[in-house]
Amino acid sequence: MYPNAFEYHRATSVEEAVGILSADPEAKILAGGHSLIPAMKLRLAMPGTLVDLSQIDSLKGITVDGGATIGAMTTYRQLLDSDELASAFPVIRTTAKVVGDPAVRNRGTLGGALAHSDPAADYTAVMLALDASVNVTGSNGQRTIAADDLFVDLFTTSMEPDEILTSISIPAADGAGMAYHKHAHPASGYAVVGVAVVLKMDGGTCSSARIAVTGATSYAMRATAAEQALVGKALDADGIAAAAAMASDGLDLNGDVYASADYRGNLIRVLAKRAITEAAGL
Amino acid sequence: MADTVVAPAKITVSMTVNGKLRTAEVEPRTLLVHFIREQLGLTGTHVGCDTSSCGACVVHLDGDGVKSCTILAVQADGAEILTIEGLSKDGQLHPVQEGFWEMHGLQCGYCTPGMIMTSVAFLKENPKPSEDEIRHALEGNLCRCTGYQNIVKSIQWAADRL
Repeated sequence: MYPNAFEYHRATSVEEAVGILSADPEAKILAGGHSLIPAMKLRLAMPGTLVDLSQIDSLKGITVDGGATIGAMTTYRQLLDSDELASAFPVIRTTAKVVGDPAVRNRGTLGGALAHSDPAADYTAVMLALDASVNVTGSNGQRTIAADDLFVDLFTTSMEPDEILTSISIPAADGAGMAYHKHAHPASGYAVVGVAVVLKMDGGTCSSARIAVTGATSYAMRATAAEQALVGKALDADGIAAAAAMASDGLDLNGDVYASADYRGNLIRVLAKRAITEAAGL
Repeated sequence: MADTVVAPAKITVSMTVNGKLRTAEVEPRTLLVHFIREQLGLTGTHVGCDTSSCGACVVHLDGDGVKSCTILAVQADGAEILTIEGLSKDGQLHPVQEGFWEMHGLQCGYCTPGMIMTSVAFLKENPKPSEDEIRHALEGNLCRCTGYQNIVKSIQWAADRL
């Protein structure tokens, strides 16, 4: 299957890429291409121009200094291989292991995943739980968008059409426990449901909880009812079970031929319980 | 008469394929797998699902296993590509190829080039894998006739000799 014809530009700077995007409304960014190229082959996307970011050095690299800054073009494979990232944010490595397959992980990028906002992506939920933000550059300059404000609808973010996601910033974990649990679709490997949890403890009490759900809703979102049920409590099996039971509260759940909305709700509660338990170190 | 359709300009790409520098003009939409099969005539790399699920099209790009049905030839400009045709040396099969022969790792053979290219990349990173690790490494490669038992045995056979 060939995609529709398009013009191809290999940008050498973010400014050049932004210039092409602002001048041509039919232009799209090409990162790893593992969501875009399949969509183009199926004619779900027919951009007139592709702007390839792969030769822009400033979009690459991982810096860990308490928190972390990850270049948008960092591949899943590079996330998996980074010992520094794994030691500061263990959930980044455990998640990389369950994205796609080894060949897909060699090409797919973190920036691409977040900018695409696929409802069944893994890192959307993980970055929400880690309280990450993305740095973007457009014709109006640079700005930072919190993950909480980034995902706004199915395959839709709050980025402007001429903005490019350049890097991802993650605040220091400060000893937080973290986990990501996923029920993968047996054929595609995408998340039928995934739940990411980041918990901070103060003495025996939970001082902060961020729980994010993917796969079940139109875009990755927080499970605020369960978060509120954990904060200020000592974490024991009963408390975790009670909070996990609320993990699907208030979420508008999608159903499809593989999994009904009710089943996805159940998976959210089951996976939340496992992920909270792991993050709490129990 | 329909209006004349003007195709976007072709782009010249150069890449080293199985050790030989190959330069050609391609349409930007040309997939790497079609470039390899149709322009270079190397038909050992297969197109299976064409949706990056099955792994029949796996080749090495700068040493990493990738699905060539989901990469544009223009993205591989300047890269080093290794296909199944480039694995044997001086008429000697690569140990993974030999393993598939010895342990009957194939029936119809359609998935085999991708299975072998994935396995060769994997064994470079993990020369002494457990059975579980081998099965995980094959997550992105589908076989629809033998099942996976003999494929796993073939890779174990090769790991013992690499």
